[in-house]
Amino acid sequence: MVPESYYVVLSAILFSIGVVGVVIRRNPLVIFMSIELMLNASNLALVAFGQRFGNLDGQAVVFFVMAVAAAEVAVGLAIIVTIFRVRRRLSVDDLSVMRW
Amino acid sequence: MAHVAFFTIAAIAVASALGLILRPNAIHGALFLVVNLGSVAALYLMLGAEFLAAAQVIVYAGAIMVLFVFAIMVLIPGKEESGPDTHRGARLLAAPVGGLLLLLLIFVVVGRWSVPRGPEGPSGSAGAVGRLLFTSYLFPFELTSVLLLAAMVGVLLLARRRAG
Repeated sequence: MVPESYYVVLSAILFSIGVVGVVIRRNPLVIFMSIELMLNASNLALVAFGQRFGNLDGQAVVFFVMAVAAAEVAVGLAIIVTIFRVRRRLSVDDLSVMRW
Repeated sequence: MAHVAFFTIAAIAVASALGLILRPNAIHGALFLVVNLGSVAALYLMLGAEFLAAAQVIVYAGAIMVLFVFAIMVLIPGKEESGPDTHRGARLLAAPVGGLLLLLLIFVVVGRWSVPRGPEGPSGSAGAVGRLLFTSYLFPFELTSVLLLAAMVGVLLLARRRAG
């Protein structure tokens, strides 16, 4: 039986990689995928803690996080597509305003 | 045996996450993310969360990643992230800051890992999680459906081509 703390440490590693990805990349799609990575890492921590404390509430919360992530991805990708239609290029450095 | 499986899956997860943030090509990044989500689903199985492992594969690795791959194929004309990087110094700073964040997280979580164990871990079968979702979490569950509907309408509105 693997101790739950191992899972939490792995989750911390994945979360930090996601943070670094959000900072170092310029492509908004890759930034979005890094955010998914962070959500996923926090889900792993939730499941590990739920297992540690012996209840299922952590897994219920993970279910809601998945649903919210699906909604967030759909809306975010629609916004990126709209921006791309207007701007014709895709770099977060020139996206400092939402209105133009 | 379980340790070997855990460390193998963890190594795959970390390597694919690094691949996601380091490869310049976004479509490679999407495929790396699929690998990462799959390995996390395997970890859910090892933690006894069977329902979540299935939901992870269906919702994340299935639906969400298909959306990503479609968006990348529609949007990226050849190479992206070209041109001089005007914030290179700030971006190089991300690695030490990320390492610091990792140390902090591990210190906070593992440094205080003295909480008593709960009762024996429950089964995360679809029946058990479903019973919980439809009793204690019924209201958030219904709210989620409203959220998904709102997201769907919003996406339709955003992605519609303006007439003229």
